[in-house]
Amino acid sequence: MKLDVDITIRRGASPITVRFTLEETVAGLYGPSGVGKTTTLQVIAGLLSPDAGHVRLGNRTLTEVATKVFVPAHRRRIGYVFQEGRLFPHFSVAGNLNYGRRFSPTPLDDSQRDAVIDLLGIGHLLKRWPLTLSGGEKQRVAIGRALIAGPQLLLLDEPLASLDEGRKDEMLPFFRRLCQDSGVPIVYVSHDRRELDAIGAAVVPLAPAAHM
Amino acid sequence: MSGLLAPLTAAEWTIIQLSLKVALVATLASLPFGVAVAYLLSRKRFPGLWLVDALVHLPLVLPPVVTGYALLVIFGRKGVVGQTLESCCGLVFAFRWSGAALAAAVMAFPLLVRAIRLSFDAIDLRLEEASATLGASPFWRFITVTLPLAWPGILGGTIIGFAKALGEFGATITFVANIPGETETLPLAIYAQTQIPGGEAVALRLTLIAVVIAFAAIAASQLLRDYTKRGHALP
Repeated sequence: MKLDVDITIRRGASPITVRFTLEETVAGLYGPSGVGKTTTLQVIAGLLSPDAGHVRLGNRTLTEVATKVFVPAHRRRIGYVFQEGRLFPHFSVAGNLNYGRRFSPTPLDDSQRDAVIDLLGIGHLLKRWPLTLSGGEKQRVAIGRALIAGPQLLLLDEPLASLDEGRKDEMLPFFRRLCQDSGVPIVYVSHDRRELDAIGAAVVPLAPAAHM
Repeated sequence: MSGLLAPLTAAEWTIIQLSLKVALVATLASLPFGVAVAYLLSRKRFPGLWLVDALVHLPLVLPPVVTGYALLVIFGRKGVVGQTLESCCGLVFAFRWSGAALAAAVMAFPLLVRAIRLSFDAIDLRLEEASATLGASPFWRFITVTLPLAWPGILGGTIIGFAKALGEFGATITFVANIPGETETLPLAIYAQTQIPGGEAVALRLTLIAVVIAFAAIAASQLLRDYTKRGHALP
């Protein structure tokens, strides 16, 4: 599935322009903090409207400022794993994982869901509440939650940022397997080049906008 | 004259039942509107929002007698709204228990809305975003994320609203007068008893009853909250 992004966002004094197309299964958006990586993901997911440009996924136009096309986030079928996890505190882990199934036109069936739970190693957490999970556990549940809804594209926003070094090394194999086995195209955002190399992503560098 | 701890008389039962009916109907009927207005004030920005905010809070700052008189002018049998409601639906508020409930609801509304609005304000909007990316429409986001997370505030607002409705005096007596068996709620009955010679004993009994009901309402809300909070990470 081809992702075609060409957007301009006016944020503060200087506008940010991000332009790339992805054909690869796993693409890594890479660049220093403040370059607009998270903003780009928000625009792709439909949580933010750009000031100009477009977002296309496959043959669907999701955002096009010129023609006023804007598909709302809940109809985009794009999974989003946020930096902070954002698990629902009032649902158990199982409740969080199943949340998207009732809304998605193509949710994973029970056996596919169990396969995702196995892949992420979170089977023993199903009855726990998000408040009682460690940072790494929360992130894995958040990834599971996004995948089980059956998205057409998965966005990962610095999923390791909130973890310490040891935890990061523990999590990287999960991501490598995830990228190989999930069958969903992934956009993985990071400011750490080694992380992207470790999961085998095709790197798209984002540079700060040139000042005119 | 009965002693302080004598069994309740029929007249006292009538007052208690009427008070509970008026306060319950006032609270439950205004709750859906309270949730809607609180959500509006917490989340939406539109011109004229300040007017909605001001109107909702008006009964809190106006003398209750003024609110009661305004209700009489608007919902009385000759009032604009009162006349229409009577001819179209046979609904009469003036000097009826339903009028007492309306007065209690109007007076309790600002407190109800404030408590619920604060709980909407406290919800992390990023959770609603997460819900959207998982395919939930605005309606389902509200039902599955916003409403459950605001539950403690809704419960608290309901209890405060109920307490206010139970204690409402000025607007009620102005709008629907003090008619035993129809509009004579606890506060009105206590007031009436203090106005007649030898009424102090009954007034004291009724006061104790009001205290018991207030405690029961608070205890019920605590139990309900603890029950729904079990295992959860609700604030």
